[in-house]
Amino acid sequence: MQPIVRNMLINALLLGLFAVAGTGLVALTWEGTAERIAENERQALLDLLHQLIPPDRHDNDLALDWIQVTDPDLLGTRNPVTVYRARRNGQPEALVMTPVAPEGYSGDIKLLVGLEPDGTLIGVRVLTHSETPGLGDRIDIERSDWIHSFAGRSLQDPEQERWRVKKDGGVFDQFTGATITPRAVVKAVRNTLIYFAAHHTELWAPAAQPQSGDGHGP
Amino acid sequence: MAHSNWRDIALDGLWYNNPSLVQILGLCPLLAVSNSVINGLGLGLATLLVLVTSNVTVSVIRNWVRPEIRIPVFVLVIAAFVTAVELAMNAYLHGLYKVLGIFIPLIVTNCFILGRAEAFASKNGPLRSAIDGFAMGLGFTLALVVLGAMREAIGGGTLLAQAHLMFGEAARGLTVTLVEHYRGFLLAILPPGAFIGLGFIIAAKNYIDQRLQRRQTAPAAPTSAPQTAESGG
Repeated sequence: MQPIVRNMLINALLLGLFAVAGTGLVALTWEGTAERIAENERQALLDLLHQLIPPDRHDNDLALDWIQVTDPDLLGTRNPVTVYRARRNGQPEALVMTPVAPEGYSGDIKLLVGLEPDGTLIGVRVLTHSETPGLGDRIDIERSDWIHSFAGRSLQDPEQERWRVKKDGGVFDQFTGATITPRAVVKAVRNTLIYFAAHHTELWAPAAQPQSGDGHGP
Repeated sequence: MAHSNWRDIALDGLWYNNPSLVQILGLCPLLAVSNSVINGLGLGLATLLVLVTSNVTVSVIRNWVRPEIRIPVFVLVIAAFVTAVELAMNAYLHGLYKVLGIFIPLIVTNCFILGRAEAFASKNGPLRSAIDGFAMGLGFTLALVVLGAMREAIGGGTLLAQAHLMFGEAARGLTVTLVEHYRGFLLAILPPGAFIGLGFIIAAKNYIDQRLQRRQTAPAAPTSAPQTAESGG
């Protein structure tokens, strides 16, 4: 065999060995952590949902009882939106929808919207956003109480015309120096309520396929 | 690389050849994640862990790996350790993992890790490489924490906010509020604040170095001349 071919073969073999060893290390770590990661994700999801629906209001597994719906106009995304259902003794108790406010100042704002079966808002939380720190990020519950102003509201309270920020003739505060962000959130919550009013019976339909417990998140 | 002893290796990583302040390597994570002490500490320690393990591994295999394929092998080693650290953080520090997000897998592309593998670990024994990795990683962590503290204090008026992400619920009390009802100075949190802050830290370090040098005027020449900064992030 020519020396150059021999060299190439040895190098290829060495590279292959290191690839196998590296993959082995990753596989072992994955094996050791996968279960814990899945449990973490499930727990993180439950913690989020429990901000809106206290654990004592339901006896089903929130992380498993969900369906997905799609409505780009009202829910702000072409992707399916997950709806989590809380039930007690099999009866509808509350819903958490995960719509998107697409008109944020810098991109999508992902929301959690908690609803009573009659369409009253339990509350709203911001899941993820990339709004300007110090200005638009006051939609975040860690930064200000603004997001609480939705609790107890519904499509009738205030009437639809007034579901706007004050600057646009509505009832919701805007922030000094940041109107676009709260305007986007108010509009997204109003649209979610409109969607809910039109579809609320379907939202309680039994889950289409048996759900696996692999930590599906919003 | 004429390191006479371990103390020099350690001082090199922490001060004279600090990856962030002298070599100016790994700027991308430094600037992106230094918006709070906890974020900086989290990414710094993850980087330190990768650096020590990759340095030791590279040092152990340095005599088997032929020069032609050493770079791909080093990258493989580093990528494997980064993925392992990422999985471990996802499992044991889930909250911090979510905050740091993409910057954990991006540790692979932090050029000073490959730089240490090539410049140090491939020429030195495992123990010395471990010390070098630890010192360099600690130097990077220190820079991240100091810059993070500056930006968090000026930008948000707190220190160690969200400490529970790293140390568990009991650590919520660690957060220090420097100024009550502080409205925040936006510039410090935004990317320009990172550049300005890093500039001030480098200036302060150079000032201290000059003072030290002037004090020992007679024996000239600093203990270890800084390497020239390589380009890249």
